[in-house]
Amino acid sequence: MAYVLQQLINGLTLGMIYGLIAVGYTMVYGIIGMINFAHGDVFMVGAFLSLIALTALSGMGVTSVPLALALTLVFAAGIAALYGWTVERVAYRPLRGSFRLAPLISAIGMSIVLQNFVQVSQGARVKPMPEMLPGGITLMTEDNFAVQLSWMQMVIVIVTLTLLAAFTYLVTKTSLGRAMRACEQDQKMAGLLGIDTDRTISITFVIGAALAAVAGLMFLLYYGVIDFYIGFIAGVKAFTAAVLGGIGSLPGAVLGGLAIGLIETFWSAYFSVQYKDVAAFSILVLVLIFMPTGLLGRADVEKV
Amino acid sequence: MLRDAALSALVAFGLFGPMIGLKTEVGVAAIELHTRPIAVLIAVAAVFFGRLGLLAWQSTRPVQKAAPGRMADSLAYIGRYLTPIVLVLTITMPFYAERYWIDLGILVLTYVMLGWGLNIVVGLAGLLDLGYVAFYAVGAYSYALIAQNFGLGFWSCLPLAGILAAFWGVLLGFPVLRLRGDYLAIVTLAFGEIIRVVILNWTTLTGGPNGMSGIPRPTLFGLVFNSGGGKGSFADFFGIEPSISHRVIFLFYVILGLALLTNWVSLRLRRLPLGRAWEALREDEIACRALGIDVTVTKLTAFAIGAAFAGFAGAFFATRQAFISPESFTFIESAIVLAIVVLGGLGSQLGVALAAIVMIGGGEMFRDFQEYRMLIFGGALVLVMVVRPRGFLSGRTPSVSLGAKKKIGANLMTEGHG
Amino acid sequence: MATPLLAVDRLTMRFGGLIAVDALSFQARAGEITAVIGPNGAGKTTVFNCITGFYRPSEGVLQLTHADGKGFALTAMPGHLITGRAKVARTFQNIRLFAGMTVLENLLVAQHNFLMPTVINGLLAVFGLGGHAQAEHIAIEKAKLWMHATGLTARADDPAGSLPYGDQRRLEIARAMCTDPELLCLDEPAAGLNPRESDELSDLLVRIRDGRDVAGRSSILLIEHDMGVVMRISDHVVVLDHGRKISDGTPAEIRADPKVIAAYLGEGDEDEVAA
Repeated sequence: MAYVLQQLINGLTLGMIYGLIAVGYTMVYGIIGMINFAHGDVFMVGAFLSLIALTALSGMGVTSVPLALALTLVFAAGIAALYGWTVERVAYRPLRGSFRLAPLISAIGMSIVLQNFVQVSQGARVKPMPEMLPGGITLMTEDNFAVQLSWMQMVIVIVTLTLLAAFTYLVTKTSLGRAMRACEQDQKMAGLLGIDTDRTISITFVIGAALAAVAGLMFLLYYGVIDFYIGFIAGVKAFTAAVLGGIGSLPGAVLGGLAIGLIETFWSAYFSVQYKDVAAFSILVLVLIFMPTGLLGRADVEKV
Repeated sequence: MLRDAALSALVAFGLFGPMIGLKTEVGVAAIELHTRPIAVLIAVAAVFFGRLGLLAWQSTRPVQKAAPGRMADSLAYIGRYLTPIVLVLTITMPFYAERYWIDLGILVLTYVMLGWGLNIVVGLAGLLDLGYVAFYAVGAYSYALIAQNFGLGFWSCLPLAGILAAFWGVLLGFPVLRLRGDYLAIVTLAFGEIIRVVILNWTTLTGGPNGMSGIPRPTLFGLVFNSGGGKGSFADFFGIEPSISHRVIFLFYVILGLALLTNWVSLRLRRLPLGRAWEALREDEIACRALGIDVTVTKLTAFAIGAAFAGFAGAFFATRQAFISPESFTFIESAIVLAIVVLGGLGSQLGVALAAIVMIGGGEMFRDFQEYRMLIFGGALVLVMVVRPRGFLSGRTPSVSLGAKKKIGANLMTEGHG
Repeated sequence: MATPLLAVDRLTMRFGGLIAVDALSFQARAGEITAVIGPNGAGKTTVFNCITGFYRPSEGVLQLTHADGKGFALTAMPGHLITGRAKVARTFQNIRLFAGMTVLENLLVAQHNFLMPTVINGLLAVFGLGGHAQAEHIAIEKAKLWMHATGLTARADDPAGSLPYGDQRRLEIARAMCTDPELLCLDEPAAGLNPRESDELSDLLVRIRDGRDVAGRSSILLIEHDMGVVMRISDHVVVLDHGRKISDGTPAEIRADPKVIAAYLGEGDEDEVAA
């Protein structure tokens, strides 16, 4: 029982990280209908930016952990947003409205560029980072097994929920959100009605990248090690989460992220750590076969 | 113009400042930061002048955008003469080229074959497969396992490897082929990863990360190739000096033959009802259904045949290297093969061959740049797509005609939704 | 009376809470042109989609009977078999041609099931086995006949996507006819045609019904808004409104039916339901 609870906590925390990345996938997919393959790598860039910022801040003598975290979050999100913007501007915008496979290849190219850029500029070695917030609270003890809720996990959950709340408000209540949803429905029509679609799409990428960078920070804090390759696997899982939740649906992305986090954690705990990725992907395949629109996706009646 | 370039430089500073300027090093006690202001300056300056140059070039060149249709036409025209030239140069290559170039030729031909195989799936049937490398791996491991456990040679294993890969293609394809577009893409990607992870972890069968070694080399009607000569060897039979380069040349012709077989089969299929049904499927799946075409079976055949060729290529890869490990079957391989297909121009056989030469051969040229190689490769992918989104050679030739065959421009073609 | 070619019995189709077709019954007889008319949103295309297997009806029975007495329960068949076995072919309201393929290729794809009885045969043909060349010859001859009948011979080697609109409409009909249907379902074939073109179309449809000057004959089920065409060529008209049948009879009877007049004059231009 205690063990299950502990896995539940770990799984949900991991799921929050996936959910944050998945939101970026689902937004971009919703608005321009493409898999932003480089998104996972923007997440990785975000993790590196966080590492750089945290190291620089501790070098400058900022000892207050909340302050350091807050500054890092703003810095990483800001610079990663710039990366998101550039990726869209350079690799996707010239291809808008073109042949469907071209942006996908371009995105794969961008993903390779980002990965290798980081490898070249920051080195290929794994970067460890000391734990910033050790400790936590013990929720319960059963048969010498203590269920821990670490401070770190709490930070991750709180920050994620806050961001998602703010983000939901942005999409549902503001004029920017309305423009985004309009572009999602019909880009050409939105353009005719005076919405600057280029700008709206750029902002979508910027927001997605910022959220991914926050996920990168969380990942860094939670696992304590990063390398230039984390983007690929986390990206695929987050995309899986987006599809699982029903692509285009924001709550779906978060729900899918949580589901993937839980599946992965429980599978690792009870079956096999090596095959945890297989478990996540198999679930994806099963869901797509039996409910192709995902958990919260809109069922679309095939138009004939 | 200057303002635009300055803005670009500012963005570049934002991007590169932290990532290049501050390098994290694993120090003795903790992570340390090393500053590299010069490198940042160079990168930012490069962006500034690059942007300036681009804008200047664009302004001297008025809107006169070369009609893409005409360009494709002239390329297709060149293609008619290019094909025999490339073919002759390839066939005679072992006679004039050094060992290094032949090795490179084998590598390029392997990708040409993979590209042609994937072209059946993506180019003809319009099914987006991001996990093609899985079938390549199935072929390679099938050969290695059958050879080691049952002592069969390369030539008896080759068809088996193809059949097994096709079988996996059907097995994986059956549930997922009803999915459309990007869902199919991501599921195939997931399958590719699943197969790799299984190979990596099933240590008792596959040797896990250590891979499998001692895979038998191919023979020519029972004649072995080795450096020592001796009875039953190729050199002994023909009474020539034993040399390891014989094997390399032999392998070169084996992969050339396999690649040409792939090409022949796909060209032939295109003119047959099955191939036409694939293309129709790419154009409009719903119309296909309304014409009584069994969409699932038709997709499965494309998937299975494409997989079979990947299986052949995989078996060849295993016999060539005599060693395989999961590292050779990562997603990046799938991406490279897909990029070759799209870069070449979907459905264009010559285009795929040229793209493979440019990408694999070109990649090899940059080997001296070491870690910058993949960076340049990725950048080139983006650049080529932005400049020519439909690849080098696009459009299609009708599979059948009453009069003269007219080339069909790519603007009319659909790239498939499934 | 002989068994009708198509018997629609209490067909109902619901999308969520919306009832697009409500307990609709009608019959289409062999050798006739049956027209289904009704205001926008009456559920005509939905009926078509049920008949051709794109939708599975919520309730009801669709029974198709060939001239030789063979019967098919369309609701229980997978979509591609409805064309392949039950011999129902269709066209689409928004033309669905294989735009990047030539006119001839479009017509050959339609003969897929004739050309490729099994996958094994199809694969054997790669090596020149399986008697494929002969079959291909027959198929091309048939395609030529249909190109002739629809006036497309000169465009045989042009990509379908480059044809003018009227030609595309006729090509879609020719393509459907290449499947040798017993029942040809046409979804607004005259939409977007000019008066001369719709006259030619009417003529073509009558010839297909009678098997005159064309390569095959078929009974026709027609959705059409162009009343000129409907009244001129139909043998039998079914009028739908809000998913229900409000009238059923010869063109003359329909024209005189006050319910039909009311339905047409009293309706706005709503969008077609799930069209």
